[in-house]
Amino acid sequence: MRLKVLYFASVRERLGCGEEPLELASNLPLRVADVQALLVQRGGAWADIFGGTRLMAAVNEVLVKPDHHLMDGDVLAFFPPVTGG
Amino acid sequence: MIRLSPGPFDPAEIERQLRSSHSAIGAVVSFVGQMRDFNDDRPVTSMYLEHYPGMTEKALAAIVAEAEARWPLLGVEVVHRVGDIALGDTIVLVAVASRHRREAFQACELIIDYLKTQAPFWKREQTPEGARWVESRSQDEQAAASWHEGCRTLDPTCSDHG
Repeated sequence: MRLKVLYFASVRERLGCGEEPLELASNLPLRVADVQALLVQRGGAWADIFGGTRLMAAVNEVLVKPDHHLMDGDVLAFFPPVTGG
Repeated sequence: MIRLSPGPFDPAEIERQLRSSHSAIGAVVSFVGQMRDFNDDRPVTSMYLEHYPGMTEKALAAIVAEAEARWPLLGVEVVHRVGDIALGDTIVLVAVASRHRREAFQACELIIDYLKTQAPFWKREQTPEGARWVESRSQDEQAAASWHEGCRTLDPTCSDHG
């Protein structure tokens, strides 16, 4: 499964990364939470951010919950709680 | 109409156009959010508003659609700044027009409550000590959640208003 992963705001700044392609070997259905767990394994700031609870996720520009199932080609975005208005 | 504005805009002009857009309009309720010079007891000198191009517009459209599904509205204007913002600038305008005041008040409040918790915007403040990302507030999440409970509607039989 191939995903495009985006990071915004303080998450992007702390990771030093705004966007990356992610190729996942698994043929099993993957959820957003599974990708989050993979990113925790990178350690350092990745573990801090993706191991925490105060993170929002969107798939193809729509907010989703951690149990949302991903499809090949999805654009997955991670960001801190929003602060507009 | 939903618009992201990279530069200053005049909320009064947008409200004036909304008021004259439909002869059945009897009420317009607006919320204007503007940049203040302090936050969490610290002075703030300027601000940068990051957003998620594409998703931000979609999220705002979904929020307006939710309000239009709940109340009979005659017009909704949402304008939100992005990029660099100076002290005193308008950050957001939500203006709602309807035949009668109650639905305009309620729709305006729902839209700004949802916008603050669901639309991808992030504020980065410049303070004398340097830049910092603004933290979200739990009371904003509670305000938005109170609309999911379904009781903050025009339904007079609902006793659980909060």
